Amino acid sequence: MDDPTSRSRFRPEATSKPREISVTLHVNGEQRTLAVAPWTTLLDALRDRLHLNGTKKGCDHGQCGACTVLIEGRRVNACLTLAVMKDGAHITTIEGLSADGALHPLQQAFIDHDAFQCGYCTPGQICSAAGLLAEGKAKTADEIRELMSGNICRCGAYPNIVAAIQQAMGAMGSKS
Amino acid sequence: MTYIGTPTPRVDGRAKVTGSAQYAGEFTAPDLVYGSVVTSTIAKGRIARIDASQALAVEGVLDVLTHENRPKMASGDKGYNDEVAPTGSPFRPLFDDKIKFNGQPIALVLAEEWEISRFAATLVQVDYDAETHSTDLHTRIDKAYMVEKPDKPRGNAAKAHAAAAVRHEAEYYIPIEHHNPMELFASTVTWNDGGKLTVFDKTQGVQNVQRYICGIFGLKPDDVRVMSPFVGGAFGSGLRPQYQVVLAVQGALQLKRAVRLVLTRDQMYGLGYRPATIERVAIAARNDGTLDAITHEAIAMTSQYEEFSRNDTSWSALLYKSANAKYEHKLARLDVPTPSDMRAPGAATGVYALECAMDELAVALKLDPVELRLRCYSDRDQNNDLPYTSKQLKECYRKGAEAFGWAKRTPEPRSMRDGTDLVGWGMATGVWEALQMPMGNRIVLTANGHAEVSCATSDIGTGTYTIMAQVASDALGLPIDNVTVKLGDSSLPHSQVEGGSWTAASVAYAITTTADEIRRELLALAQKMPGSPLAGLKHDDVVLSDGMIVAKAAASRSVPLADAMRHGGVERIEREKLSEFKEDNKHARNTHSAIFVEVKVDEQLGVIRVTRAVNAVAAGRIINTKTAASQIMGSVVWGIGMALHEETLVDHAFGRVMNANIAEYHVPVNADVHDIKVIFVEEPDSTVNPLGIKGVGEIGIVGVAAAVANAVYHATGKRVRDLPITIDKILG
Ligand code: FES
Ligand code: FES
Repeated sequence: MDDPTSRSRFRPEATSKPREISVTLHVNGEQRTLAVAPWTTLLDALRDRLHLNGTKKGCDHGQCGACTVLIEGRRVNACLTLAVMKDGAHITTIEGLSADGALHPLQQAFIDHDAFQCGYCTPGQICSAAGLLAEGKAKTADEIRELMSGNICRCGAYPNIVAAIQQAMGAMGSKS
Repeated sequence: MTYIGTPTPRVDGRAKVTGSAQYAGEFTAPDLVYGSVVTSTIAKGRIARIDASQALAVEGVLDVLTHENRPKMASGDKGYNDEVAPTGSPFRPLFDDKIKFNGQPIALVLAEEWEISRFAATLVQVDYDAETHSTDLHTRIDKAYMVEKPDKPRGNAAKAHAAAAVRHEAEYYIPIEHHNPMELFASTVTWNDGGKLTVFDKTQGVQNVQRYICGIFGLKPDDVRVMSPFVGGAFGSGLRPQYQVVLAVQGALQLKRAVRLVLTRDQMYGLGYRPATIERVAIAARNDGTLDAITHEAIAMTSQYEEFSRNDTSWSALLYKSANAKYEHKLARLDVPTPSDMRAPGAATGVYALECAMDELAVALKLDPVELRLRCYSDRDQNNDLPYTSKQLKECYRKGAEAFGWAKRTPEPRSMRDGTDLVGWGMATGVWEALQMPMGNRIVLTANGHAEVSCATSDIGTGTYTIMAQVASDALGLPIDNVTVKLGDSSLPHSQVEGGSWTAASVAYAITTTADEIRRELLALAQKMPGSPLAGLKHDDVVLSDGMIVAKAAASRSVPLADAMRHGGVERIEREKLSEFKEDNKHARNTHSAIFVEVKVDEQLGVIRVTRAVNAVAAGRIINTKTAASQIMGSVVWGIGMALHEETLVDHAFGRVMNANIAEYHVPVNADVHDIKVIFVEEPDSTVNPLGIKGVGEIGIVGVAAAVANAVYHATGKRVRDLPITIDKILG
């Protein structure tokens, strides 16, 4: 066994951590008040503070879409959003999409079409698709492909994701 | 009820679509500490001085570990060995002051909050004594040395080449590619009383990680439990234990607290990757398309400390009938981390070159590319002169071509158009091995008709949970909802790492052999019942079906398993078995595929789109036609990425990756992928294993990049041999 000698350490003048600010977030219909530092992203606040780990971190740089949540119904990359910017906002995460154990039509459609493998991009895909449906812009498969291109799936489930969104579009369209 | 062979939806689907599936970096503990890694900014040399005082001065920082103060680690190579390690001296994170590659971990900052650790990591000051490094394969070709990997040569290839009527020879190039699974590499280690560790790790082999951690830190297997219930993609990157698990354990041992360490995306470019490889292929042929010789030479990169090499070359004359063949595999050592397995390692690269070369030969011979492959079709493994357990490749060509509409192809390049787009149709063959491994398995059957099936294997998105449930349901005659699957836990029965496409065949065989013993026990119990309708039958005379033990000869002779167990006063039957396959040296075991691709190329802009792909696969019996089709589809997407997008770019002046992120390392996005059709060709095979399973994890990518490249040639008349085929190469 190799045992490196331990260094003695002196601590120069301490750098204190940033002051925390109180924010209130309405997450999945629940009001949550928490104190966060200004440098905390909405993504880290959801995952590390509120323990809502359904929202994923794939890059932390707005490049992959794994962290997509709905803020006031619009799809947003939670890793590019500071929590303190969203005081008072209404946020829906993947955990809030299904109501009373009944799956959202998109969730069901993703299972039906096997629109994932590892599942890591899936919450972001589904939240993004929910935002897409609300936008009402995508009508054709090509438009869905284009407008879902902010959500990377390294498992390559894209054709099944498009099919699942089309199924949910049909199901939700016929309901309204 | 039979589940095998049906499109059974994933049993873990609900967990994944509701966000309840928990991945390695999402487990928590009271008192959790967050880690951040500091990585080297030089490629070779040593750390002259490392000063963490500014980082330690940040409020909330608990410690900074470096090679100078980390916990004790093994001093010999053996302590760092893992079951997938290539020959060499494995990398030891934070062991000493030596720098072996740019992006090497050199310090771990531990703090009460993740943001604090990340900030403090930027304050660690490092001075280096740098040495001259070398990271460019192209400048080290003359230093490359031979590895004894490929199959033996046959005949006299040189002589046959010299006498050939038609000869094609070319060099192909595949750059460094990174796996980039969506989940960041992460480990959460909890420190429990007395120093027992639970390690939640992103890995394809929990028991491999367990042995590795025990080896490094001198811990007993009972004190380290490794778990990975869900893995957010890995594609080979999780076969070997990665450095974050070592650092997280170091942190936990040092602080005697739980530590979570999640790498950043750019730090993941300091892990394994597909090595840049130069492939030289020469084919000698007669005018009728008969091959006389194939020579295939590969020159790949490896690190200074390990020799990573996979079979790139011997696919060439395994696949096609050729009297003479010669293979060479060389390695060039560079100041880089060791490459690693990445989806179909060796074949994705080697068969890319071979299948482009075959296309070029078809052009030279004025033969249809499918026709050329049929003329040199081989029913035997050419390298070992063995028959296959099964090989339905001809049927792949036929079915694939038919589904694609290949007959309508006009052979001349630039002869097909769609408006302003040039249209190209290309094809290629794929081949992989049907491997199988010894696997342990435990089944616990309870009298209420529920079963728990467990094995320490992984589900990295491949569908292992689901196929284990299907096979167990069929073997035990239970509805799938009554079967619970446990995996990804080192305390479960033995498993090899999940890789090489061997998991489905191996785990299915393990389950059926364990279920055999359960059936034997159930029959014995049923026969003890007074006036048993199963009296006198042997265990092979009965099956388990619909919750009953049923005579094969007469379905009316049956006993509900609950009755048999309760009558015998047995509440549960538990059996555990390690299943090994019988040695078979008389057959070759392979999977095959035929890929057909359409590209459309904008003539002015050079933009290439893959508009259609058909992949016809012969891989024995398919356990789950839904999840297997997803694997093939995902592999085709990988092939598109390999052909058109993926390339890790190194600034050789610094020996550092320039595009270490997923905005500049391009992977296919939704808009890049269009119509993909997957066909499973019937391939009954009772020789490979009793269920006839061969595995589909790799076969789907092999040949895809070649089919795309061949289609691009057909569209444009331009032959681009170095991947990826980007716009500049088309217009240039
Ligand atoms: S984690 Fe936010 S876009 Fe990747
Ligand atoms: S399902 Fe694995 S990344 Fe999309």
